Amino acid sequence: MQAFTMALRSISSNKMRSVLTMLGIIIGVMALVVLVSLVNGAAGQVTDTISDLGNSLITATISDDKGSPITLDTIAQWEKEEAELGQIAPYATDSFIGRHGGEYGSMTVYGATGSYYSLQNLQLSMGRWINSADVENNSYVCVINETAAEELIGYTDCVGQTLSINDVEHTVIGVLQADEDSLTSVLTSGTMMAYVPYTTLVRLSDTVTQDITSFYVSAAQGSTLDIAEAALETLLNERFEEDEDAYSLSSSQMLEEAMSTVTSSLSILLGGIAAVSLVVGGIGIMNIMLVTVTERTREIGIRKAIGASRGTILTQFLMEAVVLCMMGCALGIFLSWAILQLVNTIVVSTGISFSLDGGVVAIAVAFCFIIGVVFGLYPANKAAKMKPIDALHYGG
Amino acid sequence: MIELKDISKVYLVGDERVKALDHASLHIYPHEFVSIIGPSGSGKSTLMNIIGCLDVADAGTYLLDGLPIESYKENQLAKIRNQKIGFVFQSFNLIPKLSAEENVELPLIYQKVPKNERHRRVKEALERVNLSHRAKHLPTELSGGQQQRVAIARALVTNPSLILADEPTGNLDSKTSREIMDIFHELHQQGNTIVLITHDNDVAKQAPRSVHILDGRLTEVTL
Repeated sequence: MQAFTMALRSISSNKMRSVLTMLGIIIGVMALVVLVSLVNGAAGQVTDTISDLGNSLITATISDDKGSPITLDTIAQWEKEEAELGQIAPYATDSFIGRHGGEYGSMTVYGATGSYYSLQNLQLSMGRWINSADVENNSYVCVINETAAEELIGYTDCVGQTLSINDVEHTVIGVLQADEDSLTSVLTSGTMMAYVPYTTLVRLSDTVTQDITSFYVSAAQGSTLDIAEAALETLLNERFEEDEDAYSLSSSQMLEEAMSTVTSSLSILLGGIAAVSLVVGGIGIMNIMLVTVTERTREIGIRKAIGASRGTILTQFLMEAVVLCMMGCALGIFLSWAILQLVNTIVVSTGISFSLDGGVVAIAVAFCFIIGVVFGLYPANKAAKMKPIDALHYGG
Repeated sequence: MIELKDISKVYLVGDERVKALDHASLHIYPHEFVSIIGPSGSGKSTLMNIIGCLDVADAGTYLLDGLPIESYKENQLAKIRNQKIGFVFQSFNLIPKLSAEENVELPLIYQKVPKNERHRRVKEALERVNLSHRAKHLPTELSGGQQQRVAIARALVTNPSLILADEPTGNLDSKTSREIMDIFHELHQQGNTIVLITHDNDVAKQAPRSVHILDGRLTEVTL
């Protein structure tokens, strides 16, 4: 406690120098805290967006069926037999010219089944979705999005109208609500889309066949996506001769995981760079402490003459270095907070908000303490080792 | 109380060996007021460093209160200085950042004396040198004589066995010098042991006993 007040006095007796010395630490702490907080804030925002937009489902893509292709029958069988899997929605896509009366335009056409609707969280504004009868009979029916309804037919209330896709007449059975929150609609806004039964698309398209190459899987009720993913993996491994390259699975969860890996390595990288500047700041502290020790040689001599032990002198100067570091650290954290507040007011329109990351603040404090001790030890030891008579007669 | 026997100390100055002390022996009894007089270069500073436990002799034995000083390590010497010796230097040697009372308090802090008692003793010591009214001042705000009185208070505050004064009047005018010497006389009358080192005969002869040092050898003198 005594050493602490002495350190404070000595620091405040030379304010300009102390502040300049602290500057290295202040900048280092600011770099560390601000950069890491910014990365975490931005990453948090992106991750939130992903989990908001994306659905909790697995996307499977088959690249090599090894002679045992997955068909609609396989899917039906899995849905019935595999307890760990929830709904399975095969899909395929192609692009055709859609035409109604004189209006025409390029349309993205999805081949889908009944489960697709619920798995993709689609909302109909009117009509109905594709049902299993449509799929079994390869019916020429379609569900279109609002964009397609408005641009081709001219109005959205168009259930029962016919629309020609690739010159085949389809009856419109439903119109989808424009949903601004879903990832798909964000990515495809302004595109005309139609959903037809999977079997119908097979007939329309030259590229889509009965062999299903893409499908969505949801978790069974009361189960988790991880379990479903594991089950699906076993299933596909069995089917494709244990060749993991024959298919790929992805989920929004996996995307989040990948994202967090990226951001944590980014944090570590930026934090590392900032840590280097902290070390440089520490060297500045050591430098000034060496000067202080030399300047105060006489004081050290007096203190030793009247009975200060090595340990007392060591503690005094070490404390001074540590207090200097910690003051720099506190100032740095405060300034970081101020900067983040400033950034927040600037980017307030984007809805992203940055806050001081507790973890990185703790790391900064611990790191500053270590730097204070490590870089303060050498000057303090130099002071402690001075011989009282040499120190007493120094410069006088 | 102080027993120096055949103390020798040799310094290397360049390639030359300088005998600062040459088989010096001295016996000082409790409650004595002894002055050690000698010209510069006579070895007084070395003697003072050794008596003050700031340095150890190359040869010979030194008993302070029966403690064989040459056998102690640096940290133990610091403790002995702290408890047994009060220093008064020519250049006062106060710590400029600390106020008068904080300077006086310092040796008690090193002794780990509790705060309340520290304050009581600091107050008492400053009263003895008539400086209670300047307690909160920094050394730079005090005159030379006042600074030296603070230094004396700092030496007194621990109730040391020995007060060791090195040219305490060297930086002061004759009037202030007299005041300082009066304080030493007073302390002597109160039973303190005082060793005063000086090159000034007028100062030295104020002590009941004087020892002369020349070329590192000590001789008793009557002035």
